[in-house]
Amino acid sequence: MDNKLNLAEICKDVRRDIVTMISKAGSGHPGGSLSSVEIMVTLYYKVMHVDAKNPHDPKRDRFILSKGHVAPALYSVLARKGYFDMAALGTLRQFGSILQGHPHMSSTPGLDCSGGSLGQGLSIASGLAMAAKKQGLNYRTYCLMGDGEIQEGQIWEAAMTAAHFKLDNLCAILDLNGVQLDGPTAEIMNVEPAADKFRAFNWNVIEVDGHNLDELAAAFECAAQHKGAPTVIVAKCVKGKGVSYMENTCAWHGAAPNAEQLAQALAEIK
Amino acid sequence: MDKKIERIPQRDGYGKGLLELCKENDKIMVLDADVSASTRTAWVAKEYPDKFMNVGISEQDLVGEAAGLALGGMIPFVSTYGVFLSGRAWDQIRTTVCYNNLNVKFGGAHAGISVGPDGATHQALEDMAIMRVLPNMTVIAPCDCVETKKAVIAAAATEGPVYIRFGREAVPVVTDDDTPFELGKARLVRDGKDVAIIACGAMVYEAEVAAEQLAKEGIDARVVDMHTIKPLDGECISACVRDCGVIVTAEEHQMAGGLGGAVSEYLALNCPAPVEMVGVNDRFGQSGQPDELMSAYGLTSKEIAEAARKVITRK
Repeated sequence: MDNKLNLAEICKDVRRDIVTMISKAGSGHPGGSLSSVEIMVTLYYKVMHVDAKNPHDPKRDRFILSKGHVAPALYSVLARKGYFDMAALGTLRQFGSILQGHPHMSSTPGLDCSGGSLGQGLSIASGLAMAAKKQGLNYRTYCLMGDGEIQEGQIWEAAMTAAHFKLDNLCAILDLNGVQLDGPTAEIMNVEPAADKFRAFNWNVIEVDGHNLDELAAAFECAAQHKGAPTVIVAKCVKGKGVSYMENTCAWHGAAPNAEQLAQALAEIK
Repeated sequence: MDKKIERIPQRDGYGKGLLELCKENDKIMVLDADVSASTRTAWVAKEYPDKFMNVGISEQDLVGEAAGLALGGMIPFVSTYGVFLSGRAWDQIRTTVCYNNLNVKFGGAHAGISVGPDGATHQALEDMAIMRVLPNMTVIAPCDCVETKKAVIAAAATEGPVYIRFGREAVPVVTDDDTPFELGKARLVRDGKDVAIIACGAMVYEAEVAAEQLAKEGIDARVVDMHTIKPLDGECISACVRDCGVIVTAEEHQMAGGLGGAVSEYLALNCPAPVEMVGVNDRFGQSGQPDELMSAYGLTSKEIAEAARKVITRK
C-alpha cells in the first residue's frame, strides 16, 4: 500500500493527464473521467492488492471499468502505477495505440477487462467474484458504473445475481454525477433513488462524497468487512470535477478541449 | 436406411458431455437461465451442484457472469435456447466474450424448426449466421447425440469461445463412440463422385437417406458431415468440387448465412461450382409436430435428393 503518497496530488496529476490526452486525441470523454478520479486513485493507490510487475497474478484484486468511456482516467492511473510507459498517454485513440478509445484488455497492460458497451461490467465482476468463491481465492472484485449506465437492464439482472449468490467479495461503485450524454439524468431517464434501488435488491449500500478521499477509503474498508451481501458505494460526484467550464454539464460528456481550453483547464487544476 | 435406427435427442449428448467434463475437470462451471430441464444441465445441477449456477431468466447477465468466470480462470458452459443466446445476448457475446477471446463455451439448445409446438419464438434458425460472423468464435452443429457429446468435450479442450447448437427432438443416432471427431475437420460419411451433399446437424441423416435413394437412380452421391461451420474445412470442400463437381448443402437453419452461406463463400473465393441449398428459405417457423414441420419447410431427404438431381443438371 502506498499510504505515504499524497493522493490529493496524484488526483491532480491524473486530472491534468485526462484533459491533456483528450485534447491531444481530439476526442474522448472528459466529464465522466474527471468525476471518477478520486474513486480510481483510492482503489489503485490504497485499496487494491495489485502489482504492476505481476499484472496477471491470479490472486490479484480486479477492477472492472463498466463505464468504459472514462478510460482516460484509468489509463492515467495505470501508467502512473507503472503498468506501461507514461509516454503512451499521448497516443490515446490513435491508430496502433495501446490505448483504445474504450478499454481493450488485450491492448493495454493492467486492464482486467474490456468495456464500452454499457451495462455489462457488473455481470463480469459478479462472475469474477463467483470464480474466487469457487476456487477458494481471496481476491476482491471492484466495478465502477456510471449513473446513466444503470438505465441498462443488465445492471439489474447482475444486481439480482450478485445478491442472490451473496457475493460479499464484490464491491461496486456508482459514479452518481447526475449528467449523461444527452442531458441531466433526472430529465433524460431518472435513476433516483439509486441507493434505495440497490437496497431493494438486497445490497449493502454505502453513500459517500465521491471526491472525498477519506470517505472513499473508509467506505472500501466497510465494504471489505461486510459479509453475506455485495456492497455498492454510491458516490455523489460532480461531472467534469476540477475544470470549471466542464462541471455539471453534458456539453463536456464527450468533447475535447482545444488548446486555449486546455490551458485554462490545466491552470485551474492546481 | 434402417427404419429401426435408434433416436435420441442431441441435447442428451450435451448433458452427458457436461457430466463427463465435470467429473474430470475442476475448472468447469455450467450456467443456465431457467431452462435447465430442457438443456439437460439439470443433470449437472443434480450430480455436481457446486459446478452449476442458475441465473434465472436473464440471458445478458448469463453471458456476463460466464465472462467473469472465464477471466477468473474457469471454463464456463453457458446453456439456454439458441434463439435467446444468439439474439438477446449477442452484444455480450460479441464485445465481452469474443473481443477478449475469453474461454466461454455456449450450448445453443432447441436449434432448428424441429423444436415443434413451441413455435417460431423458440426455434433458432439464424444462430449459426450471427455466431459465425464473430471473430474468434468457433461454431459447431453436430449431427447426433454422440457427436454432440464429443463436441462438448472438444470445446472444453479448445481455448476461446465455442458455440455448439443442438436440437430438442429425438433424432437418428448415426455415429458411435468410435467415429472420429476432430474440430474443423469434416467427416466423410459416404463417398461418391456425382454430387457432394454437405450437411450439418440432423440433416446429415437426411442426406444419407437421400444418397441411398439417389444410388437407386444411378447417382453416386458423396455425403459429408460438416459439423464445424467455423473454422470451415475448406480442404474438404475443394476435394468435393474436384471429385464431384457440384454441391448440395443441407441444414436446419436459414439458407442465408448458415452452412450454405459459409460453403458458398468458400466456393466463390476458391473454386466456383454450382450449389443448391436445402434450408429454411427466408421464413419464420411455426407450431406443429417436428416431422410435419420438417416436411412443410422442405427439410427432408426428398428435398435433398431433388436438389442433387437439379444441381447435376447445372454441370
